[in-house]
Amino acid sequence: MNSALPAAVAKGPDLSKARIKRRYATEARFRLYGLGAITFAIVFLVILLGTIISNGYSAFVATTIALDVNLDKAAIDPDGTKNPETIAQADFRGVVRTSIRSLFPEGTERSQERVLFGIFSEGAQYDVQKRVVNNPQLIGTTQRFWVKAAPDIDMLRKGYLVAADDGTARVNLTQEGFYKRLEKDGRVRTEFNTTFFTAADSREPEQAGVLGAMVGTFMTLGVCLLLVLPIGIAAAIYLEEFAPKNRWTDLIEVNINNLAAVPSIVFGLLGLAVLLNWFGMPRSAPLAGGVVLALLVLPTIIIAGRSALKAVPPSIREAALGVGASHLQTVGHHVLPLAMPGILTGTIIGMAHALGESAPLLMIGMVAFVVDTPTSLTDASTVLPVQIFLWADAPERAFVERTSAAIMVLLVFLILMNLVAILLRRKFERRW
Amino acid sequence: MTMKSFALAAVATVLVVGAAEARDQIRVVGSSTVYPFTTTVAEQFGKGGKFKTPIVESTGTGGGFKLFCAGVGEGHPDVTNASRAINKNEFADCTKNGVKMTEVKVGFDGIVFSNAKSGPTVNITKGHIWLGLAKEVPVGGKMVANPYKTWADVDKSLPNAKIEVLGPPPTSGTRDSFVELVLQEGCAEIPAAKELGMAGAKCAAMREDGSWIDAGENDNLIVQKLIANPAAFGVFGYSFLDQNSDKIKGANIEGVIPTFENIQTGKYKVARPLFIYVKNNHVGSIPGIKEFVTEYTSEKSWGKDGYLGVKGLVPLPDADRKKGAQGAQSMTEFTM
Repeated sequence: MNSALPAAVAKGPDLSKARIKRRYATEARFRLYGLGAITFAIVFLVILLGTIISNGYSAFVATTIALDVNLDKAAIDPDGTKNPETIAQADFRGVVRTSIRSLFPEGTERSQERVLFGIFSEGAQYDVQKRVVNNPQLIGTTQRFWVKAAPDIDMLRKGYLVAADDGTARVNLTQEGFYKRLEKDGRVRTEFNTTFFTAADSREPEQAGVLGAMVGTFMTLGVCLLLVLPIGIAAAIYLEEFAPKNRWTDLIEVNINNLAAVPSIVFGLLGLAVLLNWFGMPRSAPLAGGVVLALLVLPTIIIAGRSALKAVPPSIREAALGVGASHLQTVGHHVLPLAMPGILTGTIIGMAHALGESAPLLMIGMVAFVVDTPTSLTDASTVLPVQIFLWADAPERAFVERTSAAIMVLLVFLILMNLVAILLRRKFERRW
Repeated sequence: MTMKSFALAAVATVLVVGAAEARDQIRVVGSSTVYPFTTTVAEQFGKGGKFKTPIVESTGTGGGFKLFCAGVGEGHPDVTNASRAINKNEFADCTKNGVKMTEVKVGFDGIVFSNAKSGPTVNITKGHIWLGLAKEVPVGGKMVANPYKTWADVDKSLPNAKIEVLGPPPTSGTRDSFVELVLQEGCAEIPAAKELGMAGAKCAAMREDGSWIDAGENDNLIVQKLIANPAAFGVFGYSFLDQNSDKIKGANIEGVIPTFENIQTGKYKVARPLFIYVKNNHVGSIPGIKEFVTEYTSEKSWGKDGYLGVKGLVPLPDADRKKGAQGAQSMTEFTM
C-alpha cells in the first residue's frame, strides 16, 4: 500500500542527531562568512580612512614665524598720500626682506641670504601689503606679523623632511640653523591653518585653500538641486500616478533605468555639445556644471521618487478618491506628503553622488586653476573633487597633506548630507 | 503647483543667464605638464593687480589644441599649453578657423629614469633601456620576444634586479617623449638592431609582460611606489625628482646625471621643450594678453633665478630667451 510513496516520505522526517548537527553547522558557517565579509570591508575602510587622516591632519596646522616689520614711511608712502593705490604699489618685498635681514643683526653673507629668505613664504609680502593698505596709519611704526613659513620649513617642522648637506635634501643645514635659531628665540609657532579655509587655489602650497572649491561646489549643487527637485518629482508623479501603462511608458522606464547607469563622462560630453556650444553657457561656470550634474542624477532621483510613491498604500488613494477628491487632489494632499521623506532621502543621496563627481566636469572646463573665489553662477570655478584631483598631481611635497585634508573636507560634507537624509527619514517616516 | 512654477523659474534663469557677458579674463587650456608653470605665472600676473588672474585648464596637449584651434572669439581660449610643438593637422585646423598664433618656447622639462635612494646607483645607456623595455630585441641575428629578466641580463654592469619600470600611459605626452628620446635613440645605438632594419617608430613597441607598468598620469604615485620598492625604476618629469630628491635619485643616462644645470646646458639629453601658443586674434579684445606674455617671458619668471625655475622648469639658454622674449612680446605670427 505504501509502496507508491517516495522512500523519504515513507521513512518520515530524518530527525537524526547527525542531520540536525549538519544543519546547525551550515548556519554557523553562513554567519561566519557574513561576519568575515563585514570585517573585511571594515578593515579596508579603516585602512583607507586611517591613511587619509594620518596624511592629512597636519595640513590643518601651519608653521608661522614672528617677523617685526619696520613699515618705513620712506619705503612705503614717501609722499604721505595715504592713498591705498599708491601704498599697494610699494615695494613690500623689499620691506619684508629688510626685516628678515634685521633678525640676524650680525649680518649674513650674500650667498646665504637666499637661504635665509627661503625660510619665509613668498606670500609674506602680500600679508603685509594687505594689512597696511587697510590700515594706513600703521606706516612709520614697527609691527609684529606672524608670517607663514616656506613650505619646506613647514614640512621640516612637521617631520616630513630631514635637513642634510648632501646636496639632495630640500633643506640644508645652514637653513636649518637659521630656523633653529628663530625657534630658540620663540619666534616660531604652529597655529591653525586658517588659510586652508579662507583661500582659493594657489600654486604655493602654504597659500592654497579649499574655499574657492567649496563655494564652487555649493553653487554647482545649488543649481543642480533647483533643477532636479521639481523636474524629478514631477516626472516621478506623472509616471507613477497618471501615465497610462503602455508600450511608451515601458520604453521610458527602461530608458530612465539605463540612464542611471551611463558613465558620467558621457553627461560631460552632452554638456559640452548642448550647454556650451548650443546655449552658449560660459565655460568652467557652476551654472553649466550644475545642469550637467542635474542630468546625471535625475534618473536616480526619478527612480527613488517612484519607489517612494509606490510605497504609499493604495488604501490612502482609495479613501481620498472615495470622499470625492480629484486625482490631482489625492496626489497633492495625501500621496505626495506621505512619499516626501522617501523622495528627499533619494534626492540627498543623489546630491551626494553629484558632490563626488569630477569626470563630467572635465569636458565643460571645470578642471581648472581658479585663484579667485567665484561670486556668481557664471564665474569660473572648480569643485572639491576636482581640487583634490589637481592637488594630487602637483609636484610640491606640501600638496600631499593638503590633498588628504581636502579629501577629509569632502568626506565631512558627504557624511553631513547622508546624516540629513537619515534624520529626515527617521523624523517623517510613517509605517503602516 | 508651486513646484511647477519653481521649475519654470529655474529653467528661465538658466536660459537668461546663458547669454554670457563680455569676457575680461584670459583663458588658458592644454598640457598638464605645462600646467604647473603656466598657473604659477597666472597667479603672479593676477597678484600684479591690474588684471584678473587667468583661468588655466588642464586638458592635455591634444585637447588643448582642439579647443584653441576651434575658432576666434570670446568662447574660445586665448592661450594653449603644449608639451610638444603643434603638428601639421592641428595647424591646418587652426588656419581653417582663422586662428593666428604666436609660438613661445618657454623652457625645458627633463625626463628622468630614477629609483629609490636606497636602491642601486646605475650608469645606464639609452641602448640598455631599450633592450630592457622593447617588445622585441635582436638575439643571434633575428628579432625575438624580449628574453631579458633582469638588468644584469641586459648588461653585466647593471644591477642584478628584475626589470620593473613604472611610467606614464600611452595617452601622456611624457610617454611620447620618453619613447622618442630614449627608446628610439637607444634602438639606434644597438648595431644588431640597425642591421635588422629596426629604426624610428619600429623601435617604439614596448614589452607587455609586466616589466613595463603603466602607472597612470599621476607622477606622485610613481614616486611613492619607487620608495616602497627600491628595485623598481620610474619614468617621470624632472620637477618630481627635484621635489623628492631626498627620497629618490635620477640614473646617469649616458654618463650624465639629471640636474638642473645639466638639463639647462643641454648635457643631459633626455629633455624636451615646452611651449605656449598665444592667439594673436584676441589681442585687443581680451584685456591683458600681451601683458601676460610679457610676464611669462620676463627674466623674473623664466630667467635663471626666476620663479619658474623654483617650480622645476629648466630655462632656455640666455640667447634663446632673449630672442624668444622679443618674438613673443611683438607677437610674431607663427607659420608652418
